[in-house]
Formats: sequence, structure tokens, C-alpha cells
Amino acid sequence: MSSTVIKVESLGKKYNLTKKSSMAYGSLRASFAMCAKRAAQKIAHPFATRNSSESASSKDEFWALRDVNFSVEQGEKLGVVGHNGAGKSTLLKVLSRITEPTTGRVSIKGRVSSLLEVGTGFHYELTGRENIFLNGAILGMRQAEIKRNFDAIVEFSGVEQFLDMPIKYYSSGMTVRLAFAVAAFLSTEILIVDEVLAVGDAEFQKKCIGKMDEVNRKDGRTVLFVSHNMSAVASFCARGIMLKQGSVCETGNISYIVARYAGSGGNMGSSASFPAGMHGDDTVDLIDVRIEKESGQGAVDFAITEPIKISMKYRVKKENASLTPGVFLTNSSGTRVLLSTDAPFDSDGTKKAHSGVYIASCVVPGNFLNDGMYSIELWMTTMTQTVSHFYVPNALSFIVLDDMENTPTRGAYRGQFSGAVRPLLEWSSEKISSL
Amino acid sequence: MKYCENKSDESFTLKFKLAVLKALKGSDGDDYYDMIIEPNKTASAFLIELIRYRELFFFLAWRDILARYKQTVLGVAWSVLRPFCAMLVFTVIFGRLAKFPNEGVPYPVLVFSAMLPWQYFSNALQESSSSITSRSAMITKVYFPRIIMPTSTVIVSAVDFLISFALLAFLMLWYGFFPSSYIFFMPVFFILATISALGIGFWMSALTVKYRDFHHIVPFMVQFGLYISPVGFSSSVIPAQWRLLYSLNPMVGVIDGFRWCIQGEESPLYFPGLTASSLVSLALFWSGAKFFRRTERFFADFI
Repeated sequence: MSSTVIKVESLGKKYNLTKKSSMAYGSLRASFAMCAKRAAQKIAHPFATRNSSESASSKDEFWALRDVNFSVEQGEKLGVVGHNGAGKSTLLKVLSRITEPTTGRVSIKGRVSSLLEVGTGFHYELTGRENIFLNGAILGMRQAEIKRNFDAIVEFSGVEQFLDMPIKYYSSGMTVRLAFAVAAFLSTEILIVDEVLAVGDAEFQKKCIGKMDEVNRKDGRTVLFVSHNMSAVASFCARGIMLKQGSVCETGNISYIVARYAGSGGNMGSSASFPAGMHGDDTVDLIDVRIEKESGQGAVDFAITEPIKISMKYRVKKENASLTPGVFLTNSSGTRVLLSTDAPFDSDGTKKAHSGVYIASCVVPGNFLNDGMYSIELWMTTMTQTVSHFYVPNALSFIVLDDMENTPTRGAYRGQFSGAVRPLLEWSSEKISSL
Repeated sequence: MKYCENKSDESFTLKFKLAVLKALKGSDGDDYYDMIIEPNKTASAFLIELIRYRELFFFLAWRDILARYKQTVLGVAWSVLRPFCAMLVFTVIFGRLAKFPNEGVPYPVLVFSAMLPWQYFSNALQESSSSITSRSAMITKVYFPRIIMPTSTVIVSAVDFLISFALLAFLMLWYGFFPSSYIFFMPVFFILATISALGIGFWMSALTVKYRDFHHIVPFMVQFGLYISPVGFSSSVIPAQWRLLYSLNPMVGVIDGFRWCIQGEESPLYFPGLTASSLVSLALFWSGAKFFRRTERFFADFI
């Protein structure tokens, strides 16, 4: 017997945009009008096939999912990534039976509990306590089964004080915490978590990832995890699929998927070149930028231990220009992690560049950045005159991955590390006296 | 009009039989997966789903009963007050002013024995019609058999019915009126009222998801129905040649039945009319359930 728990075959989901726009709050009149129109057409052209009218309306169709195929094995941690509108949420909605597919088939073994988008399956008039039972009942559980997990749910979500208050008075953070706890503790075979962790604070996110890891390892539950937080996906999942315009465009190892995701956002990849005059002025022009591993091979994914070499090629068009190249790194939460310039090697601003093509490069050492996505901004300045020759935001992105296994900064701890950087600092501890 | 395009060729009864067989047998060896999600797939007959999800069903019903009068001052008294006031108005207008025949029964008892099933029917219909749209948050986030929603709301109205039934008993005591022994048939007519309310409720709740027009149609139906059903008067005032046609209103059979249960031979049962009413109720129920099942798959897309 195979251990596949979810099998998705040529799944498609079509939305009709006409219905969405003009008939979203469908009025009878519109429907009657449509019926009348069809009838009139039929009378006018009794032998016409429906083709003509269908092709006319086909441009109003939108395939949120198209020919999606993948399968998930028992106990797997699958990450689903993709840019906004790639179909992630629709896929999860189909998997949790909220909406019906237009084509294809999904086979599922076991019960599915899901936590979709920001909202939750709560009844807002009910109290927290009642909602826990309601959600259990929705999953087809018996009272006794729910009672067994009740205390753990309450403890994890930290809403003890508000248990007998209707959910409508809860803050969004409290609601999500309770929703996650309900989904995670009611022991279904499959757990689906869609970008909900965005609402909770950093500490709770860590707690959630830790809990998801626990239910996966201890109970062997299969977890599908959707997030835009690549470091969370990369550290939690083992395998991933990437959706693009409603189809699976990549499947594989999570670090590969995350790297593909990082590389798919427009001008990203391991290198980018710029046409003359796009970034620059009459003194200097940016030609290209490249990120590579120690070996010189271009890459966007780096193990946390690996150094990252960033080099930019530029053309100097004036003699005796005083130029200082610089690099900014910004992490996925928008925090500027660092600015590094060539300045320390040109403290008096006297290092002159002559016309020609130059490559400036810097190396970000291994065991320095924390895991996560970083975007590179490039900067060229004349420091003595405070002139900025070019500034290129989002020139490239790369991702730092922590595989948890050979990470000297981590030790035995398996949770998420906080902080913008994670340098390998020198530590010492010595006994200075007895008790 | 996507709703109309999905024609299922299997009959409802056949599907029901298959579902019963499957539920009794449990999952057979070769179907490894617990659930197959496919287009146009109706999971299993709705009674089976109701049984499987009974905890949810009773939970929702129980919770609605508790919540019904939660933020009110008068509380449960509302379920008695409304039919009582309506009964007063009807007694004055039809009994005193218009002087309709009272068939040897105190007019308040005559009115109230009809007001009971009518209130039950109209409450159940209104609640079940809005049951889907008023809980869109749940519909778009979690799966459960949607038919639980309109069905469980009927339980709440049934509880209201029982409470106001106590008022009827009190009225009869007050007037020293003793009901006929036919009162033991009352559950039959209660079920008939339930079937009518659910049948229309299924139609309305499913239609409201896509066409909010029905949101306005239901209160109108209820208001209008009160006057065309024999609530304020006995259906014996209808000319004999129109009586069968009049009985196509499913509530005519129910209300006549209730009167017969309480007044006995004073208000003889008109069997052709009862049959017509029952058939209409059953047809509404069957077609409503079928329509609901066929359209529930799209609720999350349209709501």
C-alpha cells in the first residue's frame, strides 16, 4: 500500500469574471436578462451551436488553477510558495473542500484541518470555548475527543481569560492564536496552514513553527505550509512546490524551491545587467551585478556557513573621478541589515579612478547573516561631495538557508533564531569561584 | 446560470440507497482514499451526512437556542408574546369586527391553534432562508455539509413552538375548552409543517447565496402568507369549489390539521385538501433538498 495521503491530478479551478463583476451580488434581473438573451439568440439562430457565445465569454474566464499535479506522502512537510495570485489560496481551498474544482481530481486520505488566510472558521457570536467544540464538531470529532485536547489548546493560545467571551470581541492576534491552536491540536491526519502566521508576533510565529514541527515528528501528521516568509518555509519544510499563474512550475527540495522563488521576482537571479544610462550619470554607469559562491559559481541560495560574494561591474567615464561603491542589504521584514562601502580603503577620498571598466566586489562572510531572504541595493557615491551617482534598490536577492544540521551557530536548538544577523561570536565561560 | 447546467442522471433515491449501503458497509478494502474531490460530485445523501455530522448539527441548534434571546430584556417571553399579540389582533378583527364563524370554539383558541403552526412555519422559514448568508464567515473557511445550516435552525423554531404551545394549553384552560382526542395526531402535522418550512427554506437559502433578491422576498412571503393562510379565519369560509385549489398552499393542510386536532369533529378534516397540501410540501422538500445539494458546492464562490 502506498503512503500517499494527498494526490492531486490535473486540477483546475475556473472563475467567471463576468459573474464576479456585474453579478457578484447577483441580481435576478441580470440573470433573467441573460436567459432572455440566450432564448432570443436561440430563436434567431435555432441551429447555432453554443460555440460563438462561449468564445465571446472565454476572455472573461480566469483559471486560478490549471492542470495542477502533485502528491504528498504521509508525514511530509510540504511548502507551497508562489507570488500573490499564483493560486496558493485557491489550491488550499479546494483541498479543504470549501470550493469545488472545475476539472481534475483530488484524493485525500485522512481528515484535514485547515487554517486558511487570515480569517478562521469561527462563529463570531460564539465564545472561545464554544468555538473550540464547534471546530471539533466540524472536523467530525466526538465531544470526548475534543475534551482531551481542550486544555492544551487553551494553554497554547493563551486566551484563558477570554474563553467565555464571544469571538467577536477578540483581537485579531487572539483569534489567530486560538485558530492555530485548534487546527494544530485537534489531531487530524493532515494540517494545512496558509499564511496565517503573519498576524501573530514573532514569538508566536516561532511557537507555531515549533508546534507544527512537533505534530509532524511526534504524530506523523502531514503538514502543508504556505507562507511568503521564505526563511520560515525553508527552515520548516523539507520539500516544496512553487505555483506560478495557477500551475505548478517547480517541485523539489525546499532550498531549491526557495531559491527559484527568490529568482523569479522580476530582475532577480544570480546576476542582472543594466543597459547603459539606466543607472548612472555622466561620471559612471552600472553595467551588471552578480552574486556568487566562493567557487565563483553564480547562486541565489547560500548555506548559512557560506560566504557570499557580491560584485558589481561599472564603467567610469571621467578621469580622476573619486568613487566609492557601496552595498546595502535589507532582509525580508524590511530591516536594513547593513551598508558596506569601499570607503575604509579610501579614507581621504583621494583614490582616483580613471576611465575604464571596473569590478568592485565584497564578500559577506559565512556565519554572519541570519537565515532568510535578503535584497541587495547598490550605491555609487563621491563621498567628498556627497553626490550619489546611482542607487539601485532591489538589484538582486539571495537567500541564506539554515539546514539545521551543520550550523555551528545553532547548536542543538531547533527553533527559529531571532535577530537580523547571526554572527559566530567568540564565547568563553569559565568558573571563577565555588559556591 | 451555472446552477442549471449540472444535471445529475442518477436519481436521488438511488444515490441515497448507495450511500446507505456504503455507510453500513464502511470503507471497502480497495478504496484507499477517504475522500475524493471531483467536479460535480455529490458526496452522499444528505441524511447520511446529517447523521455523520450529528454532533455539529446538535451543537449549532443548541447554541442557536441559547443565543436566540441572549441580548434581549424579555428573553424567552418573546416566543410567547409575538403569537399572543397577533392572536389578540386577529380575534378583534376577524372575530369581533368581521364576525367570522367560530365553529363553537372560543375565537382566541380558534386563532391561536392556527397561530402556533403558522409562527413555527414562518420562523423556521425565515431562519433557514438566511442561515447560509448570515454565516458566510464559516462557509468560506471550513467544510461541513452545508445542509446542516438550514436544518439546524429549524430546531430553534421548534423549541419556540413548544413554549408557545404551553400558552395554548393555558388559553384552553382559561376558556374551559377541552381538546379532542385527535390531539395525538398533532405530531404528524408538526412534521408536515417542518417539511414545508425546510423545503422552502432549502430553496430560499440556496437562492439567496447568489441572488440577494430572495433576502427581500422571504419576509414578503411570510407577511403575505399570513393573510392567505387560514390563520385568522377557518378555511371553511372558502367556497367549496375553490377549496382544493386553496389547499395547494402547504400551510392550509397543516393549519386545518392543527384545528382538527384541537377541535375534533367541530372542524372536520378535508382530506382531498390535506392530500394536496402534503404533496406540495413533499415536492417542495424533495426539490429543495436536491437543488440545495446541487448548488452548495458553489456557495463559497458566490457568497
